[in-house]
Amino acid sequence: MAELGKVIPLHGDTPPVGESAPLAPPVAERDGGDWERKLAGGLAFLRRRVTGDYEVDDFGFDADLTDRVLLPPLRPLYDKWFRVETRGLDNVPDTGGALVVANHSGTIPIDALMTSLALLDHHPAHRHLRMLAADLVFSLPVVAPLARKAGKTLACNADAERLLSGGELVGVWPEGFKGIGKPFSERYKLQRFGRGGFVAAALRTGAPIIPCSIVGAEETYPMLANVKTLARLLGLPYLPITPTFPLLGLGGLVPLPSKWIIEFGEPIETASLGGAAAAEDPMLVFNLTDQVRETIQSTLYTLLMQRRSIFF
Amino acid sequence: MGPRVVLVTGVSRYLGGRLAGVLAADPSIERVIGVDTVAPRPQQSAGLGRTEFVRADIRNPLIAKVIAQAGVDTVVHMNVIATPLGAGGRTAMKEINVIGTMQLLAACQKAPTMRRLVVKSTTAVYGSSPRDPAMFTEDVEPRSLPKSGYAKDAVEVEGYVRGFGRRRPDVSLSLLRFTNFIGPAIETPLTRYLGLPVVPTVFGFDPRVQLCHEDDGIEVLRRATVEDHPGIFNVGGSGVLLLSQALRRLGKAAVPVPSPAVSLVARAFRTAGVVDFSPEQMRYLEHGRVTDVSRLAAELGWSPRPTAEAFDDFVDARQPSRLPAVASSAEQLVLGALSRRRPVATPGALRG
Repeated sequence: MAELGKVIPLHGDTPPVGESAPLAPPVAERDGGDWERKLAGGLAFLRRRVTGDYEVDDFGFDADLTDRVLLPPLRPLYDKWFRVETRGLDNVPDTGGALVVANHSGTIPIDALMTSLALLDHHPAHRHLRMLAADLVFSLPVVAPLARKAGKTLACNADAERLLSGGELVGVWPEGFKGIGKPFSERYKLQRFGRGGFVAAALRTGAPIIPCSIVGAEETYPMLANVKTLARLLGLPYLPITPTFPLLGLGGLVPLPSKWIIEFGEPIETASLGGAAAAEDPMLVFNLTDQVRETIQSTLYTLLMQRRSIFF
Repeated sequence: MGPRVVLVTGVSRYLGGRLAGVLAADPSIERVIGVDTVAPRPQQSAGLGRTEFVRADIRNPLIAKVIAQAGVDTVVHMNVIATPLGAGGRTAMKEINVIGTMQLLAACQKAPTMRRLVVKSTTAVYGSSPRDPAMFTEDVEPRSLPKSGYAKDAVEVEGYVRGFGRRRPDVSLSLLRFTNFIGPAIETPLTRYLGLPVVPTVFGFDPRVQLCHEDDGIEVLRRATVEDHPGIFNVGGSGVLLLSQALRRLGKAAVPVPSPAVSLVARAFRTAGVVDFSPEQMRYLEHGRVTDVSRLAAELGWSPRPTAEAFDDFVDARQPSRLPAVASSAEQLVLGALSRRRPVATPGALRG
């Protein structure tokens, strides 16, 4: 955005237009017009899409599509609606595998999307967060392929370890549906942290665990009641009633504009704990799981104390 | 330590015939015996070289006599067939796959000369479900065992092969699980599916597809036969293509069919004899399947070409798609037109 104000030399040495460079006419490069470069980039993107000339990784992650199509619509939500404030981004390493463990809340898992945007846009290394998702996600039409293309994969140890040993930044929300589907009255009370599978994965790969506390997501869709019978009929984990849903129909999908804080805590090193052997020690795994959970819970309370109001 | 007498089953089919031809061209192998129920087609027998063809049904105890008399030391079992279309119905297919394997293994067990068994299986044994890990390794327990068709046959065949391995621990056993084959010449349910004028896909799903080039598949089978590579291996190219991406590369239009209507459409295609898409394969079109092929690469010190390259070879052999040329010239056109009518850039103009 800062580029808009600055004087652009008419015949300066502007950087090439990336992958589109060989095909885009040289004019766009020579004049370096910002919108023109964007247009050239957009056209090249369209061409890659139409001809299938792009790459996805083994998990189905499509970085090109994610950066150009899936994430941009979320940016106004991040910047203007929730006014997300990030803290402790320097606790996330620039390279190598690391496991971000966060609290889950808000009926619809926007917190995961906002966390990934925080790391992509505001972390100095602009890292993609590879998220672990429930199997329900991969059985829903439309949602399933989108989730894979956005870099999500199934929350299982095999996938977590494969990503971590591949040097990826992995995000996990161990509370799962218990976290996002809890009533508003229980907000910011952490649920059970799964079975500690994520800790075992970190131990086996020696990846640091980064506790991440998210404040604000609880108030996006305050869940007043849960229509359990109907949810069971539809095969859903819960069916929420919020102040705006189903009262306003689709309008109920608009989240309340709460003020968000995402804090990345001090990394918990696992490399020195004994690797695969340590992962076979249930007591160690339980203790480490508890430590991560306690850290997030206490950070949540601190952040809540500091917050002036829900919306500002 | 190489094989002396090799017996290849399923030799009248494409891959079996090609493997027999490759083995026959290897002077270190004394005899290559090809077995099938039908004689190879004329254009096929040319490629078989000095392969001796025995017309025998492996469901028949006759196969034991062949193995004993020739002193076969290496058996390559490639007769697990994927589609009932050529076999004369599902019942016959199951007979050939399961009973045939049982008979063959029984004969092998009795043969004192046996030293090596190579079995061509399929990654379909892992099934296909939303609860699968992103990549299957050889020792992963499948979440949902295949319940029908080819995949179920393959699971049963593997069971008998494991039983054989227990009873004849002296025989070196290679179980090769192949991903879908692709290439300029091979014909499989997948290539027939991709050859449809418009390709029906399952609405709301875009599976990851992993492919093995036919030439590379033959090379892996050859190495497993003449070298010693005991164990279970996934065989396929590294990397994946999305089905939608593959269709784009092929320049084909996809017609998304809602999931409930899929089985109807599949049945229509099956009845018409165009493409056989079993329920297993329909699930594959929803959830896909990708395997980890690093064990094979480590064992052989060589690996099949990546999925995308294998697929591009298939695309090139068909009619080359004009789409990339059209798309890039359209892109040139738009950019060219814009740069001609664009006024001189000033910072003020850019802001607007």
